[in-house]
Amino acid sequence: MSISLDEVRHIASLARLGITDERARVAAVELSSILQHMEVLSKVDTSDAADVDVLAQSGMMLRPDTGPPIPLERSPADFVPELRDGFILVPRLATHEDPEPAP
Amino acid sequence: MRDAVVTGARSPREIVDEAFSRARRVRAGADGLNAFLWSDEASAHDEASRLQTRLEAGKGGSLAGVPVVVKDNIATLGSPTTCGSLILENYRSPFEATVVRRLREAGAIVVAKTNLDEFAMGSSTEYSAFGRTKHPLAPALVPGGSSGGSAAAVAAGITPIGLGSETGGSVRQPAAFCGIVGVKPTYGRVSRFGLVAFASSLDQVGVFGATVDDAALTFETIAGRDPLDATSADQQVLKYGEPVSSLDGIVIGRPREYFPEQLDHQIAVHCDRALERCRALGATIRDVSLPNTNLAIPVYYIIAPAEASSNLARFDGVRYGLRITDDGLRGMYEATRSNGFGPEVTRRILLGTYVLSAGYYDAYYAKAMQVRSLITRDFSAVFASGVDVLFTPTTPTPAFEAGSKSDPYEMYLSDIFTVTANLAGIPAMSLPIGRVGGLPVGGQILAPHFAEVKMFRVARALEKALGAEAHR
Amino acid sequence: MSTRESSAGGTLERTAARLAYEMVVGLEVHVQLLTRTKAFCRCATEFGAPPNSNVCPVCLGMPGALPVLNDHVVDLALRAALALECRIHPVSIFARKNYFYPDLPKGYQISQYDRPLATHGRLTTDGADGTSITVGITRVHIEEDAGKSVHDRFPGVSAIDLNRAGVPLIEIVSEPDIRSAAAAGAYLRSLKQLLEFLEVSDVNMEEGSLRVDANVSARPVGETTLGTKTEVKNLNSFSAVERALDAEFARQCALLEAGQRVVQQTMLWEADPGTVRPARTKEESHDYRYFPDPDLPPLVIEPSRIESARRSLPELPAARRARYRESFGLSAYDSDVLTASKALGDYFEDVVRQHRDAKTTANWVMGEVRASLNASRRDIEEFPIRAADLGELLDLVRDNVLSGTAAKRVFAVMAETGERAAQIAQREGLVQVRDDAPLQAWIDEVIAEHQTEAARCANGERKLLGVLVGFVMKKSGGRADPRRVSQLLAERLGV
Repeated sequence: MSISLDEVRHIASLARLGITDERARVAAVELSSILQHMEVLSKVDTSDAADVDVLAQSGMMLRPDTGPPIPLERSPADFVPELRDGFILVPRLATHEDPEPAP
Repeated sequence: MRDAVVTGARSPREIVDEAFSRARRVRAGADGLNAFLWSDEASAHDEASRLQTRLEAGKGGSLAGVPVVVKDNIATLGSPTTCGSLILENYRSPFEATVVRRLREAGAIVVAKTNLDEFAMGSSTEYSAFGRTKHPLAPALVPGGSSGGSAAAVAAGITPIGLGSETGGSVRQPAAFCGIVGVKPTYGRVSRFGLVAFASSLDQVGVFGATVDDAALTFETIAGRDPLDATSADQQVLKYGEPVSSLDGIVIGRPREYFPEQLDHQIAVHCDRALERCRALGATIRDVSLPNTNLAIPVYYIIAPAEASSNLARFDGVRYGLRITDDGLRGMYEATRSNGFGPEVTRRILLGTYVLSAGYYDAYYAKAMQVRSLITRDFSAVFASGVDVLFTPTTPTPAFEAGSKSDPYEMYLSDIFTVTANLAGIPAMSLPIGRVGGLPVGGQILAPHFAEVKMFRVARALEKALGAEAHR
Repeated sequence: MSTRESSAGGTLERTAARLAYEMVVGLEVHVQLLTRTKAFCRCATEFGAPPNSNVCPVCLGMPGALPVLNDHVVDLALRAALALECRIHPVSIFARKNYFYPDLPKGYQISQYDRPLATHGRLTTDGADGTSITVGITRVHIEEDAGKSVHDRFPGVSAIDLNRAGVPLIEIVSEPDIRSAAAAGAYLRSLKQLLEFLEVSDVNMEEGSLRVDANVSARPVGETTLGTKTEVKNLNSFSAVERALDAEFARQCALLEAGQRVVQQTMLWEADPGTVRPARTKEESHDYRYFPDPDLPPLVIEPSRIESARRSLPELPAARRARYRESFGLSAYDSDVLTASKALGDYFEDVVRQHRDAKTTANWVMGEVRASLNASRRDIEEFPIRAADLGELLDLVRDNVLSGTAAKRVFAVMAETGERAAQIAQREGLVQVRDDAPLQAWIDEVIAEHQTEAARCANGERKLLGVLVGFVMKKSGGRADPRRVSQLLAERLGV
C-alpha cells in the first residue's frame, strides 16, 4: 500500500498538522515504506480471534455520582493562553455563523 | 538507604545532597548527559525537611529518604511536565500523577524530571525537543529510550530508583542498554492517572532500579488499583517478601523466536549463561514457541500510532501549552501543532490518523487488534502448558550510536523483543546479564498477568547467581 | 441549490407535487441526564455557573487525566432504554469520535458507536383521534456533551465555556418510521413525557437538556426504498421541528418534481423567515475515525442489574392513562390532560386520596388548578396549594359547607397565601348559610326589590325561579345554600 501526496495532505488536514509540500512528499515516501511492513498482517488468518466479549471479563470500574472533583492546584489563569471574564478565547471560526450544533 | 534514614543514621537532607553532588560529578545536566530536564536543589531540600518532620513523628514510609527521578511525561506538582516537547515547554501540571503521589507518601524525594523521546515516542532518547540524552558509559551512544533520562540517571548512580513509562519497551530497553534493572508491570497493575498518554492500551508506568530489590520495592509502592483510572485492576499486590535463592520447581521457557539466527552471537552466549545459572539453581529450561512473534512490530506500529493520533489531539493550543496564532482557528491549530510537535511525533500522528481513517480502519486497526489477540493467546498457551516465566534477550543489540538509525522502521525494530509484553499486557523486566564490547546486555523475564512476584523471584535468584558476571 | 430557487412555481403545483411524495423522517434526540456530577469526572452539572468554574483536569482534557464512568449515568440510560422497550446489550463499548473543535477539550468525544448500550426498541404514541403510531427505536447510547462556544460576546474571537463539557447525554435514534410533521411532533411529545415520567432528564429544550436533529427524505408514494436524506439541525422547539420538516419536505419535493436530485447535506432551520438553508460547507468531509476508547474497558451489564432496573421503572404514561380511565372512570380526554406531566398526575392522585371523588377532583385540577398555574406561570411543583388542602376544600363543597362560588373565592385566597380552606372560609365569612331565618330575610328583600319577576314566577314562569335564586345568592355574598334558597322561594311563591 502506498500513500499518495493527496492522501498525506488529507490526513495532515484531519490531524490539523500544517505541513509544507516538501514535508508532505517526504512523509508520503516514509509512510508508504512503513505501511509496506504492515502488509504481512493481511495474510494472517484471524477468523478465530477473540471477540471483545471474551476480553470484557468483569467489565469496567464505575464511580458513584458524587463530588468533589479532582482539584486544580493551579488556576486556569496559570495555564490558559487567553482567558477573559472566565472564558477561554480562540480565534473566531471561519464558519462561526453556523456554529456546529453540540453533539 | 531507607533503613539508614528510618534509624536516623543518615538524614534525608544528607542523602539529597549526595544525589545532587553525584549529579554534578557525572554532569547530568544539559552540558553533560542531558538526563535532566528539570532539577531543583531547593525544592528537594524542602521535601527533605518535610520528611524529617514525618520521621520524627515516626511516619517514615517504605521509601523514606530515597531520592527518585521521574520521567517528564508523568505529571508532577512543583515542577514542569514537558513530555520532551515544545508544545508543553513551559507547562506545569495542575495535578499530580497517582504514582508520584504514592512515592511521596512513602517518603521518596523527587530530585529531577528526566529527558525522554518526545511524548515517549522513540527508542533512543534522541527525539527530545531538548536535546538527546547520552549513554553514561559512552557519550557517543544512546542510552536507549524512550525513558533514557531516568535510565541514565540511575545507571550513573545519582538515584537508586527512577520512574519511566512503557509503551513498547521504553523502560526495559534503556535498562538493558544502561546495565540496570527495568520493570514493566502487568497492564492495569499500576495507575496511569497522570501519565501523559501515548498509546493508552499499551502504556504502563515502569520502574528502574540499580538492583532487583530496589525495583521490586518501588513497584510495590506504586502498584494497586486507583479509582482515578478505569483500567487499573482490582488485583491484590502481593509483597515480594523474603528472597528465595532456589529455583526448584520453576519452569523457564526459552521461546525460539527470540533467539533468531541473526541475533548478536555474544548476546546469545550471555543468555545461555544466564539460563545455565537458573538451571543450576533448580529450574527446568524448556524450549517453547510463540509463533506470532514476527507480527508484533507491525501490530504495534499500527495500534500505538492510532491511539497516539487521538491522545495527542488535545494539544491544540486552546486550553494550555504552546499557542501560535495564525490565520483563524484552523491556522492556530495547524501552526501550533506543526511547530509544537517534532518530526517523529508528526510521523506517528500521520500514520495513526491514516490507519483509523475511513476506508482503512478494517484493513489496519481492526486487523491489528485481531492479530494482537493472537499474540496474547500465544503467551496464554505457553503459560498454561506449565511454563512459569519466559527468558529472552531484552534487545537484539547493545546500545547503538546516536544518529545511526535514520530509517524509522529500522529504529522500530529495536523494540522487537519488548513490544510483545505490551501487546499481551503481561509483566516483563530486564536485568543485566553481562557485557558485549564493554556495553551492558539485558536479559528479559516475562511472566503471566499479575505474576510479578514470580518474575521478581527468578530475577532475584539470577541476579545473585550471576553476581559480578552480570557486569562483565 | 438554495431554498429560494427551489421554491419557484405556483402554490398549486407545489401542493400537487407534495401529494405525489411521501415524507420519511427519523429523529435523533439528545437528552441530558439528571446526574449530580458529569459523566466521566466528579464536576457538578449545575446549570448557570460562572464560565469554566465547573471544570477539572478530566473535563479540561489536561495531559494525563483519565475518564471514569459515573454509575448513575448507567442507571438512567438503562431506565430510558427499558422504557423504550429496547434490547439491552450485556457488553457495550465506549468509542472515541475524533474531531477538532475548541469546545471539545480532548479532541474527541466519548460516545458509543458500533456497540451501543441498547437497540431494537419502540415507542407507541396515542393520537388524539384514538389511533396510535409506533416508531422503532434504532438505538440508545451514552455519550458526553461538548462545551459551549459563544461567538457574539467578544469582537473577533469565540469564547469557550467548558462547564457543560462532559455532562452525560443519551442519544435516542429512531427508525425512519415517521411519515408526517404532525407524527414527528406527536412522537417527540410522547418521548418527552416518557423521559419526564422516568425522571431521567429535565427535558427542557430552552436549557438544551433535550435537543433534536431530523433526518428527512422524500419518495414517490408507493416506493419502498428510501430517498436521499438530509439532516436538519438548529431545531429549538417541537413546533420548529414540525415547521422545518414541512419546509424541507417541500424543498425536496420541488427538486424531485423538477427532475433534480436531493444532495445529502446538513440543513439549518431558520425560524424567521421559516426556511431551511444548507449549512455552510465544511472545508472537508467529516471523518470521525471512531475506535474503541482504550481508557474505558467494556461496559458489562449483569442480567441482575437489568432486572432490578426493570423492576424499579415507574408507571409509564400509557399505563397511567389506562388506569385513570379504568379505576377512576375518567374520559380519555381527561386522562390525557391529567397525565400530561407526571407531577400533575401525582398531584391529582394526591387530591383524590383525600377527597375520594375522582371526577370532581379531575374537574378542579383541570379547571381551577391549571388556570391558576397558567396565570401565575408556575409549574405544579411550585403550586402553593398542597394536594391535601385542595382535597379538604372539595370536601367542604361536598358537605355543603361551602358553595361552589364561595369555594372558588377560597381557592383564590389559598393560591395566594397557601392557607387552609376552613380557616379562610371562617375569616372571610364564606361558610354557607343554611339556617332558614337569614335565608328568609334575604328572600323577603329580593321579592320586595323584584316584584314583577316574583309575580311572573308565581304565575307559572318557573324559569324565573333560578333568576331569583341568583339575586338571593348575590345578596348573600355567595354564602347562601342555593338548594335551600330554591326550596324556600318555591314555597313562598307557591310553585
